Amino acid sequence: MWTFFHKLGSPPWLYAIAGAILRWLVPITLIALISGTVWGLLFTSPDFRQGNSYRIIYIHVPAAVVALAGYYVMAIAGAISLIWRMKMADVVMKAAAPVGAALTFIALLTGAIWGKPTWGTWWVWDARITSMLILLFLYLGVVALYESFDNKEAAGKACAVLSLVGMVNIPIVYKSVDWWYSLHQPASIKFTGESTIDSSMLYPLLLMIAAFYALFTCCLLMNMRAELLQRESRTQWVKRIADEKGRG
Amino acid sequence: MHSVRKQRLYLVLFVVLFSSVAIGLVTYALRGNINLFYPPVQVAEGKAPIGQSIRVGGMVERNSLQRAADSLQVSFMLTDYQASVPVVYVGILPDLFGEEQGAVASGVLDSDGVLQATEILAKHDENYMPPEVAYALENSGYDKKGNTK
Repeated sequence: MWTFFHKLGSPPWLYAIAGAILRWLVPITLIALISGTVWGLLFTSPDFRQGNSYRIIYIHVPAAVVALAGYYVMAIAGAISLIWRMKMADVVMKAAAPVGAALTFIALLTGAIWGKPTWGTWWVWDARITSMLILLFLYLGVVALYESFDNKEAAGKACAVLSLVGMVNIPIVYKSVDWWYSLHQPASIKFTGESTIDSSMLYPLLLMIAAFYALFTCCLLMNMRAELLQRESRTQWVKRIADEKGRG
Repeated sequence: MHSVRKQRLYLVLFVVLFSSVAIGLVTYALRGNINLFYPPVQVAEGKAPIGQSIRVGGMVERNSLQRAADSLQVSFMLTDYQASVPVVYVGILPDLFGEEQGAVASGVLDSDGVLQATEILAKHDENYMPPEVAYALENSGYDKKGNTK
């Protein structure tokens, strides 16, 4: 059991494991994304008040949920790399940041597109939307901070501290609609008690959330593999892979 | 755990805890500004400034919506079922605006306590359902939370 964890610390092993996971995770993700989208967009009935415009929920909510969860992945990886000086945790942290930024941007964009017909405005400085914008800047901040250092070890430390400090924003995003008066509605999916979204609309939404988690994992692993190759570009195992690819 | 690592672990926990407390205090101090709108009860208590641009949010009271015959002027009451604020607005309302629906009006309170609105936003609630379900609920005599009306 423990040897497995120790091997995760070795770049060629991590590269190989990530590749093996991707081989079956990518097709599963594509199937889940396509079937969830088709189910949500074509086979659910329109909402009783919003009509068809509510269907953007099938992109907006999964992107927002995974953007929040992805931040924890980045921050916890940052903490592990700070405490145990694990190089591979640093790779995870660096790989998670751009994916999280993209998901946050998708959530903000789809929210604005939905807000115009529903609320009557693209943008409002409400607690949920503003804290989500801060989340986007935190993700972009980690990406930019990492690139601004020449010494990558120092870059990793600085980014880990930034992502740990930014972690306080996640519960704020999540609870903003309950703590303050906001234009954004409270959550429809509830862990305790009955959800306020009809089950015929809920099931495709849950499928899409699962698909977005899988999509995040795929992007994370792909980024990690690319980062590993770049970091280890002078080692034997990378040369071997490059030779094999070159011949094939 | 190795003592150096333990020390770093404490340092990380300290950073997380300390930044949470700091942000928590800031948001606590600014809590009035983070709220997007005043509920009508706070307006009735005189907590909302008069003559300044504010937002008031609540439900549009049943049978309170009146449209002028010769202009785009509308007037209605915003309520939180404890107090009501009269709102006057000239312009086009969002599609989802309606009686017994949430709305946020931004504008200036005049000396009579009437909100002269410059913008009306519809507030959507967390209920999502197909029209048939809404129709069935309407007839069943139960509301969305399962309580009798």
